[in-house]
Amino acid sequence: MGMTMTQKILAAHAGLNTVKAGQLIKAKLDLVLGNDITSPVAINEFEKAGFDQIFHKDKIALVMDHFTPNKDIKAATQCKQCRTFAQSFEISNYFDVGDMGIEHALLPEKGLVAPGECIIGADSHTCTYGALGAFSTGVGSTDMAAGMATGEAWFKVPSAIKFNLTGKLNQWISGKDVILHIIGMIGVDGALYKSMEFTGTGLKNLSMDDRLCMANMAIEAGAKNGIFEVDEVTLSYIKDRVSREYTIYTADTDAEYEAVYEIDLSTIQSTIAFPHLPENTKTIDEVGEVVIDQVVIGSCTNGRLEDLATAAEILKGKKIAKHVRAIIIPGTQAIYKEAMKLGYAEIFIDAGCVFSTPTCGPCLGGHMGILAKGERAVSTTNRNFVGRMGHVESEVYLASPAVAAASAIAGKIADPAIITK
Amino acid sequence: MKTQGFVHKFGDNVDTDVIIPARYLNTADHKELASHCMEDIDKDFIKKVKPNDIIVANYNFGCGSSREHAPIAIKAAGISCVIAKTFARIFYRNAINIGLSILECDEAADNIQAGDEITVDFDTGIITNITKQETYQAEPFPEFIKQMIHSNGLLNSLKNK
Repeated sequence: MGMTMTQKILAAHAGLNTVKAGQLIKAKLDLVLGNDITSPVAINEFEKAGFDQIFHKDKIALVMDHFTPNKDIKAATQCKQCRTFAQSFEISNYFDVGDMGIEHALLPEKGLVAPGECIIGADSHTCTYGALGAFSTGVGSTDMAAGMATGEAWFKVPSAIKFNLTGKLNQWISGKDVILHIIGMIGVDGALYKSMEFTGTGLKNLSMDDRLCMANMAIEAGAKNGIFEVDEVTLSYIKDRVSREYTIYTADTDAEYEAVYEIDLSTIQSTIAFPHLPENTKTIDEVGEVVIDQVVIGSCTNGRLEDLATAAEILKGKKIAKHVRAIIIPGTQAIYKEAMKLGYAEIFIDAGCVFSTPTCGPCLGGHMGILAKGERAVSTTNRNFVGRMGHVESEVYLASPAVAAASAIAGKIADPAIITK
Repeated sequence: MKTQGFVHKFGDNVDTDVIIPARYLNTADHKELASHCMEDIDKDFIKKVKPNDIIVANYNFGCGSSREHAPIAIKAAGISCVIAKTFARIFYRNAINIGLSILECDEAADNIQAGDEITVDFDTGIITNITKQETYQAEPFPEFIKQMIHSNGLLNSLKNK
């Protein structure tokens, strides 16, 4: 029996020739990630267990992104604890205010993830790096502590679902619409414990930003990881970023899949997930009249340059609706700089939007755009659970940057194809 | 290993944002986290919960964020076990890693009602509903998880090697 991409990466990191679904293995890790919320718990556990060494000072990344710039004294204290830990163990990939970005936008950009690598992160959206053909998955703080100490983690080898992509996306449609469409189709536990493997002739038509967005939301279908076949698009992205050696794994032709879905990208429409689950999807023509109070464009899902470019194209020379607050948050400092150089920052501000420093901020109801009781937001983030962005009686509608920008102008959920006519 | 307690019942897709809202993640203090446990799905939960009580839910319990604060809050609130039809995978892992007992059992989730008193035998996977005088069979933990729990969590099991 052949192996999937994920199974091959896990076998290689466990020192085994083959693995099969359900097998328990111990795998060597290429990178262990934590942020300002999960790392303090990991550091407490690490210290409580009496560890006094880390496995590799260059293979741990600590990114202060969730409640930063520190939103309150408690958040400041948590960052201070991470900073002290990073200093005492000389952790080279410590990113604080000034050079930090949203972790899953930052790490690929810095070349810290490469094809074929095995990565854990104490953040559920660590699955993002599957866009580069890596195995990467979210874990908790105790796993992070164990990973920092030993450089290893235990895994149950996952089975897989294959998504065979064909065709090409239409104008204003992006990776976000594809992944929301998939989650709507298979449900929030449709890929529970499994890998989502993306392949097919349509892959070449998806940019790296589209793929990062799609892999990012694999967890919203319950998946252990999402992974894309490595191709020219991947190689050109990592060319000037990754200088170390890496291995490209492809699935065997006789690899076993629990299900195979055929998706023609040209049929995907703008897709919106209604409260309070990412699986509650509707296409733009089914939405009806949904008046909104806030728009958020950003996050580890959609805070990349292409996302901002799309928003800028729609917002250029326009004004957002008077009753709407629009908050635009670039994923990293490099994206921030590029957005200024390309004139996006000016377009956003002239349209009446806020253009912020990188932070996870409102995505998880941390700061920088919390909703009051009864308020509604259209957001390019990844979750719309009860109370996610603020009050328990507020609502989040998940959408692409194009839909979010169009909705900011219309003051209600709107179709970018109509707004730009 | 056994536990006995009264049941608090929840439905499908109980996510980590309602188990412990992100606005409280600026602390890692177990007691403080416990004081907000389940606040956004049942604001009186923490007032009602008694030591050793048990949570019973449906599909995909603990979906969403990787925050270990979620099983920590549940454990620190006094809950001795969570039974569900399925668990989201990161929550499942985290619960085991911190020593919060969890079991998957369709039959128990379908038949147990809020307020029932039940016992759980972790070695055999047998759940006994004292109130209704019924028993349900859950899959017991695989051996490696039992070992991890016997060593009181992942880090202790690594240290004991």
